[in-house]
Amino acid sequence: MGHKSDKKLIVNGKRADGRELDQMRPIEMQIGLVNRANGSALVKFGDTHAIAAAYGPRELMPRHKQEADRGIIRTRYNMAPFSVDDRKAPGSDRRSTELSKVIRLALHPVVFVQDFPKATVDVYIEILQADGSTRVTGINAASLAMAAAGVPMTDLVTACSAGKIDGKLVSDLNGIEDNFGEADLGYAMIPSKNMVTLLQMDGALTKEELVTLLNMAKESCKKIYEMEMKVLKEKYEKALE
Amino acid sequence: MRERYAYELIQKGMRIDERKFDEFRKIKIRTDVSNKAEGSAHVTLGETQVIAGVKLKTGEPYPDTPNEGTLIVNAEFTPLASPDFESGPPGEDAVELARVVDRGLRESHCLDLEKLCITPKEKVWTVFVDLHMINHQGNLLDASALAAITALHNSQVPKIEEDTIIRGEYVSKLPVVFTPVNVTVGKIEDKFILDPLIEEENILDSKLSVSVRDDDKICALQKMGEQGINFDDLEKMFDMAIKKSKELRKLVK
Amino acid sequence: MTENSVVVPGELLGDRKGRKLGQGLYLDGENVFSKFVGVPRINDVEMSVVPLAGVYLPYFGDRVIGVIESVEVSGWVVDINCPYSAFLPLSEGVEGFVDTQRTDLTKFFDIDDVIMCVISRVTKNKTVQVSMDDQTARKLVGGVALKVTPSKIPRIIGKAGSMIMMIKEKTKCDIVTGQNGLVWIRGENKAKAIEAIVMIEKESHLSGLTEKIEKMLGE
Repeated sequence: MGHKSDKKLIVNGKRADGRELDQMRPIEMQIGLVNRANGSALVKFGDTHAIAAAYGPRELMPRHKQEADRGIIRTRYNMAPFSVDDRKAPGSDRRSTELSKVIRLALHPVVFVQDFPKATVDVYIEILQADGSTRVTGINAASLAMAAAGVPMTDLVTACSAGKIDGKLVSDLNGIEDNFGEADLGYAMIPSKNMVTLLQMDGALTKEELVTLLNMAKESCKKIYEMEMKVLKEKYEKALE
Repeated sequence: MRERYAYELIQKGMRIDERKFDEFRKIKIRTDVSNKAEGSAHVTLGETQVIAGVKLKTGEPYPDTPNEGTLIVNAEFTPLASPDFESGPPGEDAVELARVVDRGLRESHCLDLEKLCITPKEKVWTVFVDLHMINHQGNLLDASALAAITALHNSQVPKIEEDTIIRGEYVSKLPVVFTPVNVTVGKIEDKFILDPLIEEENILDSKLSVSVRDDDKICALQKMGEQGINFDDLEKMFDMAIKKSKELRKLVK
Repeated sequence: MTENSVVVPGELLGDRKGRKLGQGLYLDGENVFSKFVGVPRINDVEMSVVPLAGVYLPYFGDRVIGVIESVEVSGWVVDINCPYSAFLPLSEGVEGFVDTQRTDLTKFFDIDDVIMCVISRVTKNKTVQVSMDDQTARKLVGGVALKVTPSKIPRIIGKAGSMIMMIKEKTKCDIVTGQNGLVWIRGENKAKAIEAIVMIEKESHLSGLTEKIEKMLGE
């Protein structure tokens, strides 16, 4: 964000990758893939690929971390070293520490933690290929993985990004747009409840621009919600013949 | 126990310390509190205390911004500030606070980073803002952001001779061009409060941190807390933050 | 909503209309929503969702297979394949009076013994108690316990027990299923029975499974 660049991100009203301003990249969702986990999912937003696996509810150790009246959720967001242009040193850093926290809080509102006191649900997200919007792609994968794991939830969580590039407000930033744009919004919501569970923005926006951007993100999330419902139903309806 | 009391009061439109929902605690700011630093500020927000210290060091620029200095924000939740803080590497709360303050400063472009270039592509100033928690009585984030921008405003650029920094001698003020201010809006059920006490923080459903620049542009957002925020409440929360930011900005000198 | 439709978390199942709420649901006002990916069971008196995935969480009355984890002064700690261990008190484990001062409880159940038992109590904070006071409860001697996905147990049992009956007949094995996802098998031919159960778990989504299992067992 904020790097000065002569790179044109919008040409003739279209974005460099040919998309309309409010158009998301092609989205793919797949359930399964990690059979050792209680649930798992792979989500692709264009060239950003995130895989998530959910374990639990399972016994929480050490015991002093247990809470008598509710369970906890633990999350880990991690980028594979080969997921970016210049190899990323393996392991956690300040960015992944923060993202693991905000992702946990983005998922927490939908989970009936009181249904599994003293236990934990662990959700691990690995970014296999990064081209912008990795945290929100990861949240969608995590939401599907948790549902597939049979974690008791009030709803699914959906997430997307939006931002401002070359002075225009756009949906779903790719890597270049994220790096060279003017503002970037990470957003997650529970569409049916109209509840926002992740909200991060860097840039410099007027309140009016911000509200427009939020409405764009909300629209994107509605579409993602339909896709999440569809992929889950297809997977399990098949299982019922 | 105080949490329960705070909750009951908020339900009735009141607070433990008799403040209004949109009222900050008394703010005191002292500058130049550490004479080895290039600039420093001590912010007291009621009983909450944070010190920000600025140090400058020469270093290499990032390859994609060869003519600009760099900014690094770090926060330490020192164990002296609260029985809940432990020594050791920064935990996720400290990392988050530092990164939220960092984004508020960075995205507002409050520093004219081009003026912090010494030799393009080779040598630039790196501005370190270190945030030290002294007493945690709630709302460390807003206090930290206030300490950070005040310390930057009061910082000077050291004199440099043949690659050596001459300690104690300065050539100019740090080029600060904007004054971003952070306002965190706390939400508990249908009520919104500013500057929560620690007892109030513990019962909030969610919080939204909003960093606002002099021209009322919003330059960073961070949603915190375990519950969601209703989409329709967001604009109201932005308005509260923007309004309060003007008041807080007057305190930064 | 058709019989075989799948609901997802947050999906509206309809108005409560005074009906009893079973598992897998939550209420928001009068609206009833699903908590799980699962199959809704809705009639005039009751609503519930049978989850299609997930680890086992204990409910009162469930018949489960447990493994003795430790022997305590006044009962046994039992692993019931879920995040919580269960306690089997002496009084619920053995009929009649037992003098704990003079009796070594391992003579009833020892570590690693497998038992079929019933969940007799689950507190809000998931302290779980099991009991042997049930017609199906017994010690399962010899044999092996196999772990499967708990939601696949009904498939292994089959309609009115048809699938499990067939496996029992063809393999001449004793087979006991626990709602907690454990299947206990004993008999000469247990390898064949395990093969069949693993196949059901893996391919439960394929049609013609009964015929396939029958063919496999007939070989």
